[in-house]
Amino acid sequence: MKPVPFNYFAPTSVEEALDKLAELGYDGKILAGGQSLVPAMNFRMARPGALVDLNNIPELAYIKPTSEGGLAIGTMTRDSKVEHDPKVIEMFPLLGEVMPNIAHAQIRNRGTFGGSIAHADPAGQLPAISIALDANLFIQSKSKERWVKATDFFTGPFMTVLDPDDMLVEIVLPPHLPHTGSSYQQVSRQRGGYAQAAVASVVTLDDQNRCKEARVVLISVGDTPILSARAKEILVGQKPTAEAFKEVAQAIAANEIDPATDIHATADYRRHLVEVLVERSLTIAFDRAKKGV
Amino acid sequence: MAGKYFGQPILRNEDAQLLSGKARFIDDIDLPGMLHAAFLRSDFAHARIKKIDYSAALKRSGVVAVYTAEDFGDFWRPGPLQVPPPTAIKGSVFNARTLVPIAKDKVRFSGEPLAVIIAESRYIAEDAFDDIIVEIEPLDAVNDLEKALEPGAPLVHEDLDSNLAADVVQERGNYEEARAKADVVISRKILVNRNAGAALENRGFVVEWEERSRQMTVWATTQAPIPLRNTIAARMGLFENQVRVITPFIGGGFGPKIMTSQADDVLLPWIAMKLKRPIKWIEDRRENFLATTSERDQVHYAEIALTKEGTILGVKDVFYHNTGAYDPYGMTVPLNTQTHTVSNYRVPNFYTQIKMVFTNQMVVTPVRGAGRPQGVFVMERLMDAAARELNMDPAEIRMKNLLIPDEFPLRTGIIGQDFVEGVLDSGNYKKNLEKTMEIVGYEKFRKEIQPKLRAEGKHVGIGIVTFTEGTAVGPYEGARVTIGANGKVNVATGISTQGQGHFTSFAQIVAEQVGIDVKDINVVTGDTAHFHWGAGTFASRGAAVAGSAIHNAAVKVREKIFSLASKIFEEPEENLEVGDGKVWVKSNPSQSMLLGDLALRANPTRGTIEPGVEPGLEATAYYGPPYGATGAGAVAMIVNLDPETMQVKVEHFVIVHDCGTAINPMILEGQVYGGISMGIGNAFYEKMVYDDNGQLLSASFMDYLMPQATDMPAKMELGHLVTTTPLNTLGIKGVGEAGAIPTPAAFVQAVEDALHGQVEIMESNLNPSRIFEYLQKKQ
Repeated sequence: MKPVPFNYFAPTSVEEALDKLAELGYDGKILAGGQSLVPAMNFRMARPGALVDLNNIPELAYIKPTSEGGLAIGTMTRDSKVEHDPKVIEMFPLLGEVMPNIAHAQIRNRGTFGGSIAHADPAGQLPAISIALDANLFIQSKSKERWVKATDFFTGPFMTVLDPDDMLVEIVLPPHLPHTGSSYQQVSRQRGGYAQAAVASVVTLDDQNRCKEARVVLISVGDTPILSARAKEILVGQKPTAEAFKEVAQAIAANEIDPATDIHATADYRRHLVEVLVERSLTIAFDRAKKGV
Repeated sequence: MAGKYFGQPILRNEDAQLLSGKARFIDDIDLPGMLHAAFLRSDFAHARIKKIDYSAALKRSGVVAVYTAEDFGDFWRPGPLQVPPPTAIKGSVFNARTLVPIAKDKVRFSGEPLAVIIAESRYIAEDAFDDIIVEIEPLDAVNDLEKALEPGAPLVHEDLDSNLAADVVQERGNYEEARAKADVVISRKILVNRNAGAALENRGFVVEWEERSRQMTVWATTQAPIPLRNTIAARMGLFENQVRVITPFIGGGFGPKIMTSQADDVLLPWIAMKLKRPIKWIEDRRENFLATTSERDQVHYAEIALTKEGTILGVKDVFYHNTGAYDPYGMTVPLNTQTHTVSNYRVPNFYTQIKMVFTNQMVVTPVRGAGRPQGVFVMERLMDAAARELNMDPAEIRMKNLLIPDEFPLRTGIIGQDFVEGVLDSGNYKKNLEKTMEIVGYEKFRKEIQPKLRAEGKHVGIGIVTFTEGTAVGPYEGARVTIGANGKVNVATGISTQGQGHFTSFAQIVAEQVGIDVKDINVVTGDTAHFHWGAGTFASRGAAVAGSAIHNAAVKVREKIFSLASKIFEEPEENLEVGDGKVWVKSNPSQSMLLGDLALRANPTRGTIEPGVEPGLEATAYYGPPYGATGAGAVAMIVNLDPETMQVKVEHFVIVHDCGTAINPMILEGQVYGGISMGIGNAFYEKMVYDDNGQLLSASFMDYLMPQATDMPAKMELGHLVTTTPLNTLGIKGVGEAGAIPTPAAFVQAVEDALHGQVEIMESNLNPSRIFEYLQKKQ
């Protein structure tokens, strides 16, 4: 369990990092927190020719308000920083629920917000959360820069729209509308373990207590995080009711997910879990939306 | 028999060093000119080796040498049979196919070594894997224990007619006659799953051959330093005193580190001698999962015959035991299963048959519990099925059939892992169960709490089981106790330590006799230069067997103190007292001498001594029991099951345990709690999963789930009962495996109860998905 030989670069500015990535092309790989990449390298499953280490670029780690009233999070912000930032938790209670579920405290001390999104593990929480919170992702390379919606970012398991010379630089979370509530429900075998299934729901009510927006994202039951279309269809414009939540849960479990069987769980069990968790998360999220939490 | 030191919860001598990061572990050893070894391991579980071409690897910069089986010439031979089968069991079959150090002609399990690469660094050695071309012809793999014995099954060892490794029948009374008289007969198929030892620290081996002094030094993470030293010396044609095995601090043993014939043990001394450079090999986690050893996989066809009042008339158990690709450790594990199936209940008629099977999987040797959890699981499941059938409470049927103290010592008629007929020496099994029920509040839970919670829609269940733990088996251990001129004591024994607290508990035994503080007693374990007779740390025998030898040596030193001081003070021995590092005359305490000074006097460098006097305040002693001491206990567990997600939380765990005299109650508690965490792991998290091709699907901690602190019961209570064993002076029984043995049986019973008895579960490892499957099948 030792990695194959690789080159290592430690740029001290974004510009220098982008130059290096452009120069290395497919040979280069960004090292952020290293909590997924380094084990994969030790297993020799990942064999990058060169690492471009972003840990010496302090300007990539920050949490700051945006002019629209949201938050901008620098790609190298440690998960534990996000977890313990009162402003983040106040504005996005969903992150308050999710962050403690990302592996263990030691891992969150190293793991980064941007790294987790760019890694695009279908069992990872932050890719799904970026979709649930409708994040905008700022991507830069030596030759171009662009904004991509989180919903358009993930293309497959561990695959994204990022080109080899691209860097995910910043994640912008737009502010919640009034009467928005959220809930995160996860079942994993153990505390800090991979989600066998998880659901993040962010819902908004209008003035008549009808559903205005419903973003229900499923984790660990497909190639990428899945934003449910059926939830939106069934709920938007309607009064949220237990019957509707059940209908959504059944529709999602039956049609929108593709869970796998592995040594820990059957696909049937995962499907069943999704149904249970969707119902639970919608119940709580709407309740919170009503209370204005 | 608690004294000033013995029996006290004294903080551990070794902890300051361990907790401040100043302890030396094997990977801390770095010798000048040291090379590093890596093993190229087979991806196939069963295959014929056509050709291994490593010529390209030799060209890689930093690679020093590569060897395959052929390169070892006559040195290559199957390893020793570490534990022979007991000859006392008449009519038994045992086919010894001991572990080969490196695959030759054929591969028999995935992870078996094909080549060993020696390089300037471990990185380079692993890079060379890619340079080696292995031509291999895959064969069908043998995995299923029952299919393995069917005619036409692929053969793991082609010189045998079948995959049968052993067939052993033991019987007391006559089961068939008992069955004919029974009101109720219950038969079940019961599965026990496979678990890893999964010590925090993997194995490691460092060897240095010093050409000028012709001395070999080996640092190893072994549980059996003396047997390892002996086998290395024999293989290398050296005298035992030319080989020194040293165990540094070791991060856990749990059984698999008992082996002395793994590839590193055998091949690296030979290579070090050839290359005349020290060699280091540190096992990585993947190797540990694939190719160390593991245990538990059994399939039982079990049957219990009872009267309608619930009195057991007989038990029959025919079981398949997976020994993996080789059987170097004999039949230790399945024999433990045989001896533990009915050990705590009155079962007049018992028929038990082992069918030990070769498969294309990692070798099976003891892992904490070592066959005992399987026996206990089978019996406890039968008891639960019987209770249901007879409409009895699970506690009631157990209470009715438990052995009582008047029946001890009880000859069981079943020969065990120590080759002799099992004898239950002492204990109070009913009291264990009574006390457990009292602490957990069994009656109140059944009558008040559970009905109330059920009415609220909660799925809570209780499991209650009993168990024994055969411990402290022979053959023997020895120790030498020496008081130095510095007034401190050195204790040396042959067993090694993997975290059990021997540096403190052994010191407590000695302190009590020689009156020197525990902190001033240095215990050396696992260094063959310090003590070179003994067997090792296994079968919960360290404290009881080595501890007894240490006690015997300490008593002799005490006698020497009194004898010499008596002459110096010209006072009879009975007028003397020892303590606080000195010896004095009771009637005149000012007449005293420091023990360090007395030690100097005991070793004069001029003058004469009386005939028969041995020098020094030093003594060596040995202890070997006629048979093992049996510990026992009972467990109750309350679980809460989420009927939607099938997540199970252990709310309350109670264990009442009796291991005789406790040397250090704090260390004892730690041992029991550690065992419980392993038991919870075995029941709900840890599982070695092989696919049909013999590939291990759970070869990392991402897939092999170790129990975490957060998986431990919300509330845990430990009750002690002390019935001393007559087998050693101190009255000690072993405890190392206790917690792991009963826990899966209690867990499964509690889950069944939480599900209102809707399903019957006859397998020892569950997970939420599996519980979901049971309920789906039911619907």
